[in-house]
Amino acid sequence: MQDERGALKRPLGLRLWLSGSWLTLLFFAALFAPLIAPKDPLMQDLFLGRMPPFWESGAEPGFWLGTDSLGRDVLSRIVYGARLTLIVAFVAGVLTCIIGATLGLIAGYYRGWADRIISRFVDIWMAFPPILFAILLIAVLGPGLFSIIIAIIIIDWTRFARVIRAEAMSQGAMDYVASAQVAGRTKLDTMLSEILPNVLPTIIALLTLEMGIGVIVEAILSFVNLSISTDSPTWGGMISEGRTSIHQAWWVLVFPLITLFLTVLSFSQLGEGLKDRFDPVLR
Amino acid sequence: MMYRINNLQLSLPDMTRKPLLGAAPRIEILKGLTFDLPKGEVLGIVGGSGSGKSTLGRAMLRLLEPTGGNIEFDGTDITHLSENQLRPTRKKFQMIFQDPMSSLNPRRRVGGIIACPLRVNGMDNLGTRVTEALEMVGLPNHFGNRYPHELSGGQRQRVGIARAIALRPNFILADEIVSGLDVSSQAQVLNLLENLVKELGLTLAFISHDLSVIRRLCTRVLVLHQGVIVEEGPTEALFASPRAAYTRQLLNAIPLPNPHQRWA
Amino acid sequence: MTAYLSIRNLTVTLTGGTPILRNVSLDVVAGQVHGLVGESGAGKSMIGKAVLGTLPRALTISTGEIWLDGVNILTLKPSQRRQRIGAIAALIPQDPLTALNPSKRIGPQITRRLVDILGWSKQVATARALELLAEVQIPDPVRVMRTYPHELSGGMRQRILIASAFAAEPKLIIADEPTTALDVTVQKQILRLISDMQTRHSTALLFVTHDLGVVSKVCDTLSVLYAGKVVEDARMHRFFMRPIHPYSAALLAATPTYTDPTGSLTPVSPKVIKAVEQEIQEHDMRARQ
Repeated sequence: MQDERGALKRPLGLRLWLSGSWLTLLFFAALFAPLIAPKDPLMQDLFLGRMPPFWESGAEPGFWLGTDSLGRDVLSRIVYGARLTLIVAFVAGVLTCIIGATLGLIAGYYRGWADRIISRFVDIWMAFPPILFAILLIAVLGPGLFSIIIAIIIIDWTRFARVIRAEAMSQGAMDYVASAQVAGRTKLDTMLSEILPNVLPTIIALLTLEMGIGVIVEAILSFVNLSISTDSPTWGGMISEGRTSIHQAWWVLVFPLITLFLTVLSFSQLGEGLKDRFDPVLR
Repeated sequence: MMYRINNLQLSLPDMTRKPLLGAAPRIEILKGLTFDLPKGEVLGIVGGSGSGKSTLGRAMLRLLEPTGGNIEFDGTDITHLSENQLRPTRKKFQMIFQDPMSSLNPRRRVGGIIACPLRVNGMDNLGTRVTEALEMVGLPNHFGNRYPHELSGGQRQRVGIARAIALRPNFILADEIVSGLDVSSQAQVLNLLENLVKELGLTLAFISHDLSVIRRLCTRVLVLHQGVIVEEGPTEALFASPRAAYTRQLLNAIPLPNPHQRWA
Repeated sequence: MTAYLSIRNLTVTLTGGTPILRNVSLDVVAGQVHGLVGESGAGKSMIGKAVLGTLPRALTISTGEIWLDGVNILTLKPSQRRQRIGAIAALIPQDPLTALNPSKRIGPQITRRLVDILGWSKQVATARALELLAEVQIPDPVRVMRTYPHELSGGMRQRILIASAFAAEPKLIIADEPTTALDVTVQKQILRLISDMQTRHSTALLFVTHDLGVVSKVCDTLSVLYAGKVVEDARMHRFFMRPIHPYSAALLAATPTYTDPTGSLTPVSPKVIKAVEQEIQEHDMRARQ
């Protein structure tokens, strides 16, 4: 009998295209910042303070998105700011994922004493108020890139551990895992080749989510000046500065804000887009 | 003798009644089963839900460890062997699972699913063996590239069979493998199994709650009720004159396509 | 005898045009059981869903009429239709586990429909629920009202769903493979129960199943479905004695009967399948003109 299962068309990978494009653009901009940024982000010129973006009258040529109150080029500062943002997003995201997901997988699949130890550890860890923890950490280590990354990992790894543990447990109850045992496979081999592929979609979704969180956390910290200590531009810092001149120079606030928004949105959609495109289990 | 089972007992902890401190009370599922399974036989294991038949199957494959009695497989006592000790024997006894959707990894292709046990057991010529296995269950070779959800229920079940026979085991346990299929697929799968038993000289244990299916395939039948064997014997004798009351109840419950006997 | 439910020329398509139901017509008479038989994927559940208005979003009814108690419900506005169906029809679903909400007790799940949709008072609804639980032979109904679904066996859960279905005295019940998830001895009890209740309440029952054996036990008339098309429609006795359509005959031959030890099970032959598929293609071509 003809099986109408495949009859519904799948939507185009629009999500993947858009989010992937933005993030790739950002990545290359950050990587090649010195070559791409039209001006030096730190160069101040008080005579060129508060110049509007290029399509408005009175704009200074070469400063595409305008300048801030100290005459610094907004576009160049955004491009350089992307470096910090992406470093935090990737490093913090990936490390949190590796730590949390590994522990979650082991706890959920092996069960027994490994699960008991890891689960208890997660419970105790989650009992500490996370923000307090992070603030303490930053107080001890001092502000900086390292501290931000460590803070994010410390707060969020338990999220991964809990969710992945639950997934691993439910996958572990499946008959194809029993089938692997019947075939004589070792537990480790089964975990890596049977459980992991089925848990991967969730891991990817959480990872991209985590990256988005990393971006926001960094932005908040730099907004309140608790981020890196040098003068390097940060999106959060630009937003903070832009607040004061919002009536005279709205572009100083708006452009970094839009960039921030698009970046976080892209991370969250990236996960969904990857799933849509690459997961063989058509939903 | 393929199997010698003596006073097999198995209990599992009842997690729903676990107290805060201390171990959970145990539920006895198998309460002392004793039977032999000679080589070449097709044994039917029948019972309703809660009878313990699935648990018996898993115990025989050592997916569960017995809490009492012993299981001898092909001359070896496998009752309390560790996973490492069992590993070399594993390729001799295989299992086909009930739900083809959960017994095939949805994110692996059919070819990989069948090849995996072969690789683990150190066999070579994987491609040829997979093709052979698919052929034996009547599936075309290109199905090896498909994912499980791209196959029908009957086809998925045949992949499960291919996976089991690819290792050329001595014994196969089929756990309710036709229960979820419609009549046509059911007939195909049962015919296939019958042929394979003859061709490959397999010993088979067939778990089912459906007696009509059992009668087709099995030479001997074991009737289980609440963890105990209530009747055992050659198929014909059991159907002609069932001795246990529960067996009679089971026989009477089968809806034969006979309009003259109504349940209305 | 006039049919309580009368489906005429019902065609349901997937968005994109693929037909799921092809010109289906059937009748269910009050007080009688009509079987709907077919293999998985034949579309039998879709017919029930079309009647109850629960078709998945991707499916649309392109043509046809569904007459329920003298009214073509397809001509009603959606809210009117829902109200009407809620008052006179009910469903006994296939899987008792997923049909019940695991986080609610049994009592509220039975009374909810009575209170919300039919406007009964809580006391009256509860009394009725207890009455029904006794009718479906559930021991200690008062205690069972306060249990959660996972505390009960599959057979008990199905009994509760049956009680729920009969609660508002519906005139039509659609039973969608109600015993497929149950073990054979429990199946017999449940089938007997459904039959008894149906006779006692004089309900029209549409019984969907893939098992011809089950059909012979409880149905008065039946329709055989293949790929969304009714290939045969018959009274029970005549069907089993002399099936007309080759596909029906093939289905019958594939049904195991333990009383025949030597008979081999013949799967439905490719020749028969080809012949039916051809019929279907011809039907589709005519429909497009």
